Amino acid sequence: MAHYQNIFTRVRVEGHPHYGVPLPAGDEPRIGTPIVAPFLGWIGNAQIGPIYLGSLGLASLAFGLTAFVTIGLNMWASVDWNPIEFVRQLPWLALEPPSPEYGLSIPPMNEGGWWLFTGFMLTTSIMLWWMRMYSRARALGMGTHVAWAFAAAIWLYLVLGFIRPLLMGSWSEAVPFGIFPHLDWTAAFSIRYGNLFYNPFHALSIVFLYGSALLFAMHGATILAVGRYGGEREIEQIVDRGTASERAALFWRWTMGFNASMESIHRWAWWFAVLCPLTGGIGILLTGTVVDNWYLWAVKHDFAPAYPEMWAPTPDPTQ
Amino acid sequence: MKNFGILAAILPFAALLVIAFLFTVGWERPPIGYEQTGYRGTGMQEPNNPREQAMLAALNAIPEEIYPLDSPADLAQADKAGDVYENVQVLGDLPEPQFIRLMTAITEWVSPEQGCNYCHNPDNLADDSVYTKVVARRMIQMTRDVNANWQDHVKETGVTCYTCHRGNPVPENVWFDEEPQRYAGKGMLGWNHDQNRPSAQNGYTSLPATSLASYLAGDGNIRVQATAALPTDAGGASIKQTEETYGLMMHMSSSLGVGCTYCHNTQAIGSWEMSPPTRTTAWHGIRMVRGINADYLAPLQGTFPENRLGPTGDVAKANCATCHQGVFKPFYGATMLDKYPSLAPMK
Repeated sequence: MAHYQNIFTRVRVEGHPHYGVPLPAGDEPRIGTPIVAPFLGWIGNAQIGPIYLGSLGLASLAFGLTAFVTIGLNMWASVDWNPIEFVRQLPWLALEPPSPEYGLSIPPMNEGGWWLFTGFMLTTSIMLWWMRMYSRARALGMGTHVAWAFAAAIWLYLVLGFIRPLLMGSWSEAVPFGIFPHLDWTAAFSIRYGNLFYNPFHALSIVFLYGSALLFAMHGATILAVGRYGGEREIEQIVDRGTASERAALFWRWTMGFNASMESIHRWAWWFAVLCPLTGGIGILLTGTVVDNWYLWAVKHDFAPAYPEMWAPTPDPTQ
Repeated sequence: MKNFGILAAILPFAALLVIAFLFTVGWERPPIGYEQTGYRGTGMQEPNNPREQAMLAALNAIPEEIYPLDSPADLAQADKAGDVYENVQVLGDLPEPQFIRLMTAITEWVSPEQGCNYCHNPDNLADDSVYTKVVARRMIQMTRDVNANWQDHVKETGVTCYTCHRGNPVPENVWFDEEPQRYAGKGMLGWNHDQNRPSAQNGYTSLPATSLASYLAGDGNIRVQATAALPTDAGGASIKQTEETYGLMMHMSSSLGVGCTYCHNTQAIGSWEMSPPTRTTAWHGIRMVRGINADYLAPLQGTFPENRLGPTGDVAKANCATCHQGVFKPFYGATMLDKYPSLAPMK
């Protein structure tokens, strides 16, 4: 089984297309004849289709496409429908939320109304897609872990674009739909509220983000490394440890004194991933509502470090 | 391989997008050099693009002195310019040879190609009918005012006409009020909240295009960061307002070729006690530019012909780049004032 010692996937199983298990009564049939794309076999399953969209999937796509097209048309109109400028300035363009003076009222369509419309369309689309994930998992007799992980991401999205603006009393607090504009929003947000790095929930979110990447790399590497002993059958090895499992466990006990089990490593990964947007969302929600300046808050609670002075303190010229 | 077609269709499109993004404005390729300026670990460092240094050095070299000034003894004996020539309203007290030398220098600095007649009617040099002469007179007063009253910003180095003009009749780095977005009114779509229009005014970001109008022509409140840990009943600045301040900061950053940490400690960006002293100099600079725009440039609106005015009919105004031209101190701090004492405050 030396196949697993490679960087890219070597084992590409090809056979008759698999149509999937029978669907529950009342579900629409899957659509399309499966095709086999050997090229895709390098990164995943070479079989494409059949696809199940169903009414949830179709509705989600329709709402999502409406949001996408509304954003795109507003961006294009903002450069006077010039196709070259549209491509050239695309990273700068955005669909902006309303001005602060509108508060939570409904602004004219072309002064933020389209932003509200798009937010509603996109949120509906995402919610429908979540329902689709949940129902498809159930239809396959699976657990709903994926849907709940997705829900964690939706929480952060809702905090940024809906819940926090509601609490602050202004749609203008929300994030614009645009590439650079949403990044500038992020930087401005941190500056306005006194350095988000002193927000403990932001710190937790970063821990879980980087931690997820680390766990992912450790787990992927471990399983590939014991592939020659059948380590890829990791789920069976939860209850029936073989030599692959033993070697992987011993390796981590040797190198760091502790090892996860074949079951717990997947819980570690799931929780790290899910806690990243959960804690991040809490951090955003507290910003401006409960804490106005995170640096000063950190000073108050004695965890902002002080560095040696490199110059005489500068007095405020207005004082 | 029959499905390679899908990828073959997608890949060139993706590649095209990547290449298009690479050629968007404001892109600078690595490597970028850094110089540490603060305590280790605080991230206080000055970036510089080594490929731009030669260009910036050439742009910020001071010109040779046109010819030496007469000795003080000679100047003391010379007639006053106001006695020799008619209608010398500002420089009348200068000895005549020094006056002529300054006129010659201004020609070199401001209108080297167009010559004296850019401002003067050759048939009657005292005539005020050429608008540029009226503007130039006001600009000499401005230069003296800056050197005498804004030493908190310009120190002893001071400024001359050349600091802004650099051989151009109109300084290269001036700004006009941005047109209100032209397209948004036309239809139902495309409102951009006066943002997302990369230009020199906002350092080629998607930040508001109105920052200079608010803070360098107007005197809007730049401070947006909360000064207490917890929210107060008074409320605080909105994100939109923060972005407008941020736009001004990006303008300052790109005008001076420096990063945020040149003036701020980003641990607590609003804290004065943690800021480098450069921030105080910049604070006075902002007030100086406001003064220049309000007291000297805006009142000249009726003097300028229409083709010198902006799209909304305003005069060309000064910002940080007008003098700084990409470096932290104009001419890297070299002074021209010692050679042209008539522009310096009277001693």
